[in-house]
Formats: sequence, structure tokens, C-alpha cells
Amino acid sequence: MQTKRMTFSSRWLPYALLAPQVLITLVFFVWPASQALWQSMLREDPFGLRSTFVWFRNFERLFADPHYLAAMKTTAIFAVGTTFLAMGVSLLFAVMVNRMLRSREWYTTLLVWPYAVAPAIAGVLWWFMFNTSVGIVPYMLQGFGYDWNHRLDGTDAMILVVIAAAWKQISYNFLFFLAGLQSIPQSLIEAASIDGAGRMKRFWTIVFPLLSPTTFFLMVVNVVYAMFDTFGVIHATTEGGPARATNILVYKVFRDGFVGGNLGSSAAQSVILMAIVIVLTVIQFRWIERRVNY
Amino acid sequence: MARIVMDDLHKVYPGGVKAVTGISLDIADGEMIVLVGPSGCGKSTLLRMVAGLETITGGTLSIGDRVVNTLEPADRDIAMVFQNYALYPHMTVYNNLAYGLRNQGVAKPEIERRVQEAAAMLQIGDYLQRKPRALSGGQRQRVAMGRALVREPSAFLFDEPLSNLDAKLRVQMRVEIRQLQKRLGTTSLYVTHDQLEALTLADRLVVLNAGQIEQVGTPMELYQRPETLFVAGFIGSPAMNMIEMAYLRDRGAAPTTLPGGTDLVGMRPDDMLLTAPAAPHLSLNGRVVLLEPAGAESHIYVSLDGNDQPITVRIPGLPTMNEGDPIPLHVPLEALHPFNTASGRRVSA
Repeated sequence: MQTKRMTFSSRWLPYALLAPQVLITLVFFVWPASQALWQSMLREDPFGLRSTFVWFRNFERLFADPHYLAAMKTTAIFAVGTTFLAMGVSLLFAVMVNRMLRSREWYTTLLVWPYAVAPAIAGVLWWFMFNTSVGIVPYMLQGFGYDWNHRLDGTDAMILVVIAAAWKQISYNFLFFLAGLQSIPQSLIEAASIDGAGRMKRFWTIVFPLLSPTTFFLMVVNVVYAMFDTFGVIHATTEGGPARATNILVYKVFRDGFVGGNLGSSAAQSVILMAIVIVLTVIQFRWIERRVNY
Repeated sequence: MARIVMDDLHKVYPGGVKAVTGISLDIADGEMIVLVGPSGCGKSTLLRMVAGLETITGGTLSIGDRVVNTLEPADRDIAMVFQNYALYPHMTVYNNLAYGLRNQGVAKPEIERRVQEAAAMLQIGDYLQRKPRALSGGQRQRVAMGRALVREPSAFLFDEPLSNLDAKLRVQMRVEIRQLQKRLGTTSLYVTHDQLEALTLADRLVVLNAGQIEQVGTPMELYQRPETLFVAGFIGSPAMNMIEMAYLRDRGAAPTTLPGGTDLVGMRPDDMLLTAPAAPHLSLNGRVVLLEPAGAESHIYVSLDGNDQPITVRIPGLPTMNEGDPIPLHVPLEALHPFNTASGRRVSA
């Protein structure tokens, strides 16, 4: 890459031009992050009057706490489930829409709408649909002899939050998959069909490998989404219950900090989450170029 | 090895656009047929109909005594070479060649044998483990050919396979394709808009225009006796000169040997001689507008006396006159092509 050297009339002009960006980063990112770091090493008394510096005790306690480890496992299941569901369904939609000619733009527009719905509102929608006493889904499931109750059954609750969270992400994935599909030259598909590959075979041996850069990108985005952006969905549907069955890490941060009043532990948890985000981001940037298949 | 028979083929797109309107053609086993025509004439559509990539909306198509109208491309026993090669970018050259055979369920040792054989034939043996992006344009072209070869199909379909190559490579690959096709004796259908490619490759040439066949014949037949004005203008470079009969009559140069109904006379640039031949001929006068030396031959652009119509003359070697000089032209009567503008066809005696 070519580097351009600019000459400024004043020494201070470049710093002044950079200042707004630096300021925003400092105020909204660096400062809160360092606050969290600092707080994660503090311990509050039960009344919130004093705090003691306890070094890494909060972290030690967390990793010894079975509830925290369970929340990690819950988060993993939730993230994997949401990612698979959201990506699978959106890929299916993208493939189907890609085969349309005239109605393609209509469908694309309609499929993007859910993305504009606020997570909490989406959660409420799902809450109503799955409500054990007035919801339509449990009513229909009863017809098949299944007694749906996400307020008692942890698996039901997990399925509910996975569906609700995935639904929200489908639009986004769909757009990327559709763009990815459209960038695959039609002649490759034609060559494969002349080469004797049926529709499924063509998809799995030609289309899917060529989509892999898109798929990988979306996988990271979806995992990040499921782990960090689903607070609203959980809060509006299950509130982490029943019996912590849907208590994912971000939700636990909120519960322990704002409901339980244990700010030190809550801060420590968010520091751990921060570390996870950093790792995921590094993976994405590292591999996104290398993993490209051709 | 197969005979391909097209019987009154039609292609109408859902929007009502007619791409192919009634094409009948009988391609003998082992024949190399070149479809040529201007863009939008339906030649690619026709090829894709044969391949099974476009549906056939009318008529019947049979390959090797089998009506294949509704068969999937894979079941037609054809192989196609695409304009952009359409190599699978995520597979090595070996896998590109083997893909079709694997889909057919060919045994592994047999795949290995056929791929090696094709690779040797096309001199791509050294690149078998490379991905297409690591190959040059010419090498990709060979791989695309190889992918068609290994299948050992009953027909090859070529969709302007050389148009992405530079001029030198294009000539080389043209020769190789022709040699290969002769050696294998596989029926081939080749689409191009390049008339030099068409003339040199074809056993028989099919000139298409507006979804219909203008003329079918050997390249020399088409060159020497174009049946329509369109073919006369399309085949041959520089294009055939067209002079109105009325002009010849006005100048007292109208030959009496031409059949009645002729109102346009075609003359090839190479048939316009600067010195009068012994054979019966007609003579015209003009003025040199532009000289265009082109190596072994030269093109002289002439404006005819009395109507300023531009005429192209081709002579061997370098021209001896200057721009602006008067120039006499002599055309043997037997080299004249009589046409009728109303019917657009050649007038035969």
C-alpha cells in the first residue's frame, strides 16, 4: 500500500482533526471499560456504602461458582443453537429467493423487516405467542399431545429463547447470504448441472463451498449477537428462568449487578465477556482473509 | 458420437421475446458445425437449448436418435465449454476434471486414467494440483477443454470459448481445438461471432440472423455463393461491396449476363482488379480516398465516380498509387453476386 505524507501548516492541526474521534473513543469506550476493570476488583458491602479492593477475588469466586459455570454452558448451548437456527433458516430463504425472478425484490424487502423490530418488542411478541395460558403455539402443540410450558420446563424455555433470538437475526443473515449467492456466477451452476450434479449435489459441492467466506463471517457475527445482543429477548420472555435454564452470561451480569446488587462480581463478569469479544474479533479478522476458499 | 437433429426449434421467453424462431438442422455424426451471427441472433440461445440450459418451447431436438427436449443437461450426454470457462474455483484442476466423472459414478482408477489422459493431451499435467486462479488464461482454457474431454461425451458444445484470450493465443487454441476435434471425431457445435474462427473451424457453417438460419453450407460455399444479402455482408472481411444496378445502368456498365430481378450487385474486395482481365468484365472508375497497408495485403478505400459510394478494394502487397488519385476498377462478370433488395436474397438465373 502506498503511504501518503500530508504536510500541515500547523503542528497542532492533525491532532485537532483527530481529537473528536479520540474523545469519543475515550469517553464512550476506554473510560467505561477501565471503570469495569477497576470495579471488577472491588467488593461492596451489603448496603453499598463502602467498597474494598480485593484484587482478583471476584474472578476466583466466579470460576468456583457452579452457577457461573452453568451460565457459561447455557450461553454456549444458546449461542450455538441460535447461530445454527438463524443461519440455517436464512440460508434456506436466501436460496429460495435467489431462484425467484420477478418477486425477488418484494421478498427481500419483506424479509428484512424483522431486523427493524426492537429486541424487547420481539421478545414480547414471542412471549404472547408462547404464553402457556393464552399463547397460540402451546395451544397448537397441545393438539399434537405436547404440553408446552417454558415456565416450568427448562428445555422448552431454551427452545423459546433460541427461536426468538434467531428470528431477529434471520433478516441480517438472509441479506448476506443472498448477496453471496448472487455473486456466484451462473455458469458455474450450469457447468455443474452439465457435469451431472443434481440440485442438492450442486448446492453442497459448488454453492456451499463458494459461500464459505460469507458463512464464516456470519458465524462470527451470529455468535457475537447471541452472546451479547440478546439481553432484551431473554428479559422479555423468560427472564433467565426457569431455574436459570436460560440464564446466559449477559443476563447474569444484569441479574447479579442490578437485581442482586453485587456490582463487583457483575463487573468481573463483564470483563470476562469483554475478553471473549476481543478473542472473537481477533479470530474474525485473522481468519476472514485466510479462510476464503478460492 | 452422435447425430444431432433439430426440427423446427423455437424459443420464446416468458416475456414474449422470440430468441429462436424455427430452426431445423441435421448435424452428422462427427461433424463440426459452427453457429455464427451478430450478437442477439440467437446462436448462444440455440446452443444452450441443445445443452439443456434453456427450455425448448417448440419443435424437437434429438441427440443420437433420442428426443432430449425435456431431459436434464446431465442426461443428454453432452459436454460444454463456457466462454468464461466456468471452472470450479475451489477445486484443483484434477478435481475440476474429475467432478463430472465422480457424479457419473465412474470408478476411481478409471477417473485417474481418463484425467491423466486428458491432461497429457492438453499439456496440463503439471498443473493438476493447482487451483484455477493460479493458472493463466490459456491454461484455464485448456482445463475447460479437459473437463469436456474426460467425460467422453457424444457431443461437444462450445460457447465462444476463445473470446477471452488474446489474439495470438486465440489462433493457437483454434488450431488445437480443430486438431483435437478431428482426432476424436466427436460431433461439435461451436458458437462464435468471429467469422475468421467460423470459417477456419467449420465443416459446415450456419449463419444465424434474428433467430433464423440464413444459410448453411461449407465455409467456401458461403463465401463463394452467399444466398442472402445478410450472409454476403456478414461473411468475408473486408465486407462485400454492394453496388446498385441503377448506378451500373446509368454508367452504361450494367452487364447483360445478370438474371432479371437483380437490383443490387455484390463484389468481393479481392475481385476488384486494378488491371483489366482477359475474361469478360465490367469496369468502373473512382478516386482513392484512403490507403490502408496491412502487411501482406492492402486495403484501398475508393469513392466511385458519380455517387461517392465507398468501395473497398483488396490488393496483394503495397499500393502504388496515392490518396486522391483516380483509379480504374475491373470486376470479372463471373465474380458478381446478383441480389434482390426486396426479397433480400440472391437472384438465380
